[in-house]
Amino acid sequence: MLSYLVRRLLESLFVLAVMSLVIFSLIGLMPGDPIDIMIFSNPEMTTADADRLRALYGLDRPIFERYLAWLGNTLSGDFGYSRLYNQPTLDILLPRLGNTVLLMGLSFLLALAIALPAGIYAATRPQSPIDHAINLLAFAGISVPPFWLGILLIILFAVTLGWLPAGGMGDGRDFWGDLRYLVLPVLALTIATVGGIIRFVRAAAIETLRQDYVRTALAKGLTGREVVLGHVLRNAMIPVVTILALQMGNLFSGALITEQVFAYLGMGKTIYDAVTGNDYNVALIGLLLATLTTLLANLLADLAYSWLDPRISYQ
Amino acid sequence: MTAPDRQQGLLAAEAAFARGSSLTVRQIFLRRFVRHRLAVGSLAFLVLLALASAAAPLVEMLLGVDGNLVDLFAAKQPPSPAHPLGTDELGRDQLVRLLYGGQVSLLVGLAAALCAAVIGTLLGLAAGYYGGRLDALVMRFTDGVIALPILPLLIILAALDLNKLGLPQAVVTSESVSLYRIVFLIALVGWTTVARLVRGATLSMKTREFVRAAQALGASAPRIMLVHILPNVVSPIIVATTLSIGGIILLESVLSYLGLGIQPPLPSWGNMLTSAQELIWDSPALAIYPGLLIFATVIAFNFLGDGLQDALDPRALQGED
Repeated sequence: MLSYLVRRLLESLFVLAVMSLVIFSLIGLMPGDPIDIMIFSNPEMTTADADRLRALYGLDRPIFERYLAWLGNTLSGDFGYSRLYNQPTLDILLPRLGNTVLLMGLSFLLALAIALPAGIYAATRPQSPIDHAINLLAFAGISVPPFWLGILLIILFAVTLGWLPAGGMGDGRDFWGDLRYLVLPVLALTIATVGGIIRFVRAAAIETLRQDYVRTALAKGLTGREVVLGHVLRNAMIPVVTILALQMGNLFSGALITEQVFAYLGMGKTIYDAVTGNDYNVALIGLLLATLTTLLANLLADLAYSWLDPRISYQ
Repeated sequence: MTAPDRQQGLLAAEAAFARGSSLTVRQIFLRRFVRHRLAVGSLAFLVLLALASAAAPLVEMLLGVDGNLVDLFAAKQPPSPAHPLGTDELGRDQLVRLLYGGQVSLLVGLAAALCAAVIGTLLGLAAGYYGGRLDALVMRFTDGVIALPILPLLIILAALDLNKLGLPQAVVTSESVSLYRIVFLIALVGWTTVARLVRGATLSMKTREFVRAAQALGASAPRIMLVHILPNVVSPIIVATTLSIGGIILLESVLSYLGLGIQPPLPSWGNMLTSAQELIWDSPALAIYPGLLIFATVIAFNFLGDGLQDALDPRALQGED
């Protein structure tokens, strides 16, 4: 078990290293470089000044050399400064990572709380009107453009009814007041995720209900509820957990869109703003943090997998 | 699809034949598909939508409007006989722009899905047929692409400076470069489902007798893959590709909404919503139609894929006559 954990962590580190090289090279291919931006803000600068600055910052060296220099700095704990915010990169990113984890976590729990009962209920009554209705709603959830859903929620709850703020963040002074800013983003992200999960749960539960041990359990006199809760639920969760782990990257993408629509200060919006605003340090570290979070979620799901299914042991 | 599945399918067809029923497999497929009302309705809707989008210049002519003409005095008008769905914030006819946007969305969806299917099929065939290291490498890569947060990566890719990539100037400055770019980007991340399906099917196919026979006769590996295995794994590819079009249209609209996909003045349903969001306080109607069309198109492709899946699934053939 321990050796498995170590191996997985090493693998994650490797993926992270490859990602950092890829993203670093891609950022080098984006329009403009830091010196261009300095030229824009200071018309007095001459070409000679620009070349001198390029040499000073090492921008005239080959990309791989620059990458190694960046890697050295990062590993020694120097993550650089944000150009847009004039603050150390991590001071910007860490609070926003917290905001995103809050948004994603709440939506994910809410989506599970809806999808598990709905999927299993539909699976126990296949082809019934309720099954068809749940299936239809799940399809709608998968197919709705998440940003449009956000806009519709804003039109309904902020513009027409005026119950909730159209976007933004609380100021941190009033807990319940701040919570109002979370309602619409969480709702939008939940609706955008729940459809897919319902379909996974339903498919897994139907597969499980066909198993011999379910027939045995029914034959020995257990009620349908006991069979579903005691036998079907846990076994159906095994494939669901794997798929959910793979959905973490998707969920992050969904969070990015939601944050953008509601001007919610999370990682996704920060990365987007950093990419479009030439804030290289924040874009790079932000994407790596997002990748790391996804990889850790995958690892957690693998551990949950072995807990759900004791037949699987990681040796 | 695994080997026993296909055998069951054949058995069902044989059973139907033995009962004196003259239905071919194709007729069985058609029957099953037609029974799937949502899928048939979706197909009809998509055909109508494609025809309407193709007829956009015609509609423009009939209404006597110009979809690209900016007329600030006619901005944000309510629906009228001259503008059936009103005008947008720059006074352009909403209906005509929606139809042109439909051309873009459908085109991008189909083109990117096809490209992704080709990449996925080739990778899946190679991984499944050769196995070993190549298989492990391709599958780990696939897992990575599926698991990583793709949207932020796509945002960086969409923001790249094409001049720095050394592309010819004629390509970089051409008006439809955003169209090519988005098809390329989506194909780059969209091939994973098809690759996994084809790899799985190839793994089971390569142990079958007809493949062994081809090997014994000295056929080359590419020939076996393309001539003997590919035709047998076509139906899962069709289903997966159809199902992927919906997701691709969604992704295109998301990127365009974020300002990184189709660039204005070329209209797409996604970039129409970007400007509409700024106006929801005074003209919320502008935000309704583009989103509704994305929603309807995506759900139609999903229903269509679902219907095809049921109709092409050999397991479901049993008990048919």
